[in-house]
Amino acid sequence: MSLILLAEQVLNGLQLGVMLFLMAAGLTLVFGVMGLINLAHGSLFMVGAFAAAAVAGATGSFLLALAAALAAAAAAGALVELLIIRRLYDRDHLDQVLATFALILIFSEGTRWVFGSFPLYLSIPEYLSGPITLPGGIQYPLYRLTLIAVGLLIAVGLFLLISRTRLGIQIRAGENDREMIAALGVDISKLYTIVFALGAALAGLAGALVGAIQSVQVGMGEPVLILAFVVIVIGGIGSIKGALIGSILVGLTDTLAGVLLPLLFSQFMSTSAAASTGSALASMLIYILMAVVLIMKPTGLFGARA
Amino acid sequence: MSRETQINSLIMVGFILVPLWAWMTDEPFIITLTTKAAILALAGIGLNIALGLGGLVSLGHAAFFGIGGYAMGILASHAQSYDPILETPFLIEGTKSMIVIWLVAMITSGLAALAIGALSLRTSGVYFIMITLAFGQMFFFFSISWPAYGGEDGLSIYVRNNFPGLNTLDPIQFYIIVFVIMALALFLTARLAKSPFGLALNAARQSATRVETIGLSTYGLRLLAFTLSGMITGLAGALFADLNRFVSPTMFSWQTSGEIIVFIILGGTARLFGPVVGAALFILLEHILGGLSDFWHIYLGLLLLLIVLFARGGIIGILAGREVAHD
Amino acid sequence: MTDPVLQTIGISKAFGALQASKNVTLDLQPGEIHALIGPNGAGKSTLIQQIAGNLRPDDGQVILAGENVTGLTTAQRARRGLARTFQISALAMEDTVLQNAILGALGASGKPWAFFGAALKRQDLRQAAETALARVGLSDHVATRTAELSHGQRRQLEVAVALTLKPKAFIMDEPMAGLGTEGSQQMTQLLHELRQEAPILLVEHDMDAVFALADRISVLVYGEIIATGSVDDIRRNPKVREAYLGEED
Repeated sequence: MSLILLAEQVLNGLQLGVMLFLMAAGLTLVFGVMGLINLAHGSLFMVGAFAAAAVAGATGSFLLALAAALAAAAAAGALVELLIIRRLYDRDHLDQVLATFALILIFSEGTRWVFGSFPLYLSIPEYLSGPITLPGGIQYPLYRLTLIAVGLLIAVGLFLLISRTRLGIQIRAGENDREMIAALGVDISKLYTIVFALGAALAGLAGALVGAIQSVQVGMGEPVLILAFVVIVIGGIGSIKGALIGSILVGLTDTLAGVLLPLLFSQFMSTSAAASTGSALASMLIYILMAVVLIMKPTGLFGARA
Repeated sequence: MSRETQINSLIMVGFILVPLWAWMTDEPFIITLTTKAAILALAGIGLNIALGLGGLVSLGHAAFFGIGGYAMGILASHAQSYDPILETPFLIEGTKSMIVIWLVAMITSGLAALAIGALSLRTSGVYFIMITLAFGQMFFFFSISWPAYGGEDGLSIYVRNNFPGLNTLDPIQFYIIVFVIMALALFLTARLAKSPFGLALNAARQSATRVETIGLSTYGLRLLAFTLSGMITGLAGALFADLNRFVSPTMFSWQTSGEIIVFIILGGTARLFGPVVGAALFILLEHILGGLSDFWHIYLGLLLLLIVLFARGGIIGILAGREVAHD
Repeated sequence: MTDPVLQTIGISKAFGALQASKNVTLDLQPGEIHALIGPNGAGKSTLIQQIAGNLRPDDGQVILAGENVTGLTTAQRARRGLARTFQISALAMEDTVLQNAILGALGASGKPWAFFGAALKRQDLRQAAETALARVGLSDHVATRTAELSHGQRRQLEVAVALTLKPKAFIMDEPMAGLGTEGSQQMTQLLHELRQEAPILLVEHDMDAVFALADRISVLVYGEIIATGSVDDIRRNPKVREAYLGEED
């Protein structure tokens, strides 16, 4: 395989990684601060994608579509937090799993009811379409490159938010000691709503951005959600840094394995056998990676707590 | 007889009378629906050993359900094409014998549960939930990308497998097999819950420290519970595949895992008959609401939310009172 | 001196900058009650957790009946004869008193792999459990759900479960807490008898009980043992008076 092809796959892996990060960051924040496991996070990803597709269809503006995705997902997140999620903070994980599973059913079927069962399409705007030539002569789609840049920018922004702002201080305090921040006079239920809506907005944005290179359909959120879980298990719950490193690891592993393993197997197998064995094994590789991390560090690479 | 025992007896009577009535009035579809409910109940009975008794929230039991299904699919498809599964180093042929298929389904899903459990039980809480979910998804993707047995399209079996002395294609006769297995599983789990092992496992759910302090390993107890749990859910998978004469990656999907948990919660966590009531209600809702609206999952979701938020004992909890019986 | 049943040799444990145990060496002789006292935050819990196996020391050893058990888990230490009661009850709260005691007997048997017969019908387990419950005075509450017990009764149940283990050594964390006057007297009497069966490392705030029971007392301050000796030695020790009795709560 040529180096150019390899470089392209590395970029694809990075792109998947940063999008996973947008999902994983919200999940890990919500877990770290509120102790809640939210299966419906994938639904917020879907809400973002559908909002973007609908607004892009109506206005033709991609930027407006992104804004709509952010707003719709944040609003849906805040609403769900106010109505349901806040009743779950003191419940055990089983109740949280079930209630958020119920939310998935409601969100998915509700979306199908409104938009129908057929996938929608969100097209890449003119100014971001087509390939761009990178140093070394690599031709790479500009849109995907933009995704990487946007994802990394948001990662930087999140780190600044957590480390530099008042909200970030409250979030970190909330992760360490809930009673303490209540004692400091922080309105804890407002903080929870904000954190949840922030996580939702990130998921919605990811949904919209990814929606332009996939089809926008009901159920698109859950595979990403489960990958984000793998990311969090690898990175460690509650750690944004762990989420970033885990995301990139998972993105690269998944993408590169899909290309490299069939090639590797074709060295000593027939092409078709290599293709099927390779792709089957590649589909399992990130879970194997997760298992290895678990054996070495049960709390994840950057996780402090069990 | 306690209130809960009365309810449980009524449920068993229902599982006898409904198909009997359907058989007499020649309504094979009702029999098939009841069969489906009993099989899904069995999957839930399996999960309930881990979840209800052991407190292990596994969101990956679809893995075992699917392995059971594919055990049936692979064995039966080789038998129907007269193409051995393995010729070297020794010959393994497919089979149409239900009993052999059940054994293979239980052994393979048990081994998978042992491996997944051994890894996942190194953690607890949310980690455990996410890891079991992820491992379940691993099997899902594997079944899609492995082309030998139909990949994404799944695998069809033309004729239901054989059971000595019965015509398994007759719905009522197949139902009898399924009902007996479900009843047996209920009997065994009831005994298990009261046994020394059950006592220790249940105590480990309430206080792991306590169990460690008296010299028992919670890891060992939980791993065994998880394995038994996977085996029963695997058996249910084999029966489910036989009912449909079809297996596909859907059996491995995370929704399947979620639904098996839903049966338990609808019925009532840690209740012996919780999964039975839950599965029956699920099938009933699917049938009634599904007939009224294409979007019946919305109503299922709302019902589930209401139960989780306001009626945590599930249906049996509402009927029998919240206290779980102690003798 | 005879060989100690339980011994710590130079145990140290730090949490970040906080030195919770500093080079702690103490031992438990056959037939004695060795009380461990110290002001709140002195590191008693941390020390006990290291002896019982819930925490691993950074340095030092725990020796049980001549065997180095430092690397073993709580369960392994329990199987080798170490029984512990908790300050904050660690019991199966949904289960009955009898079930909790039977669980102890099951642990002592070391064979939880029985799947079919009912645990409550196992005569061997049941007898051990009922005997232990009778000794702590819980015979009337056999069928009571543990969650419905008073705090004092839970403490009694903790001791009963420890008794079912027939251990070589007891570690008891505040067995008197929550007991009324009468309950305290009964418990004091029980511990007094028990020391002949297995020595007790006793952490207790009730000083009357400590002075009445202890053969030896060790005083822990800021993770360090500042004195070990008889009741009279400790009462007279100026370091103890300064560090401990001055801040008694």
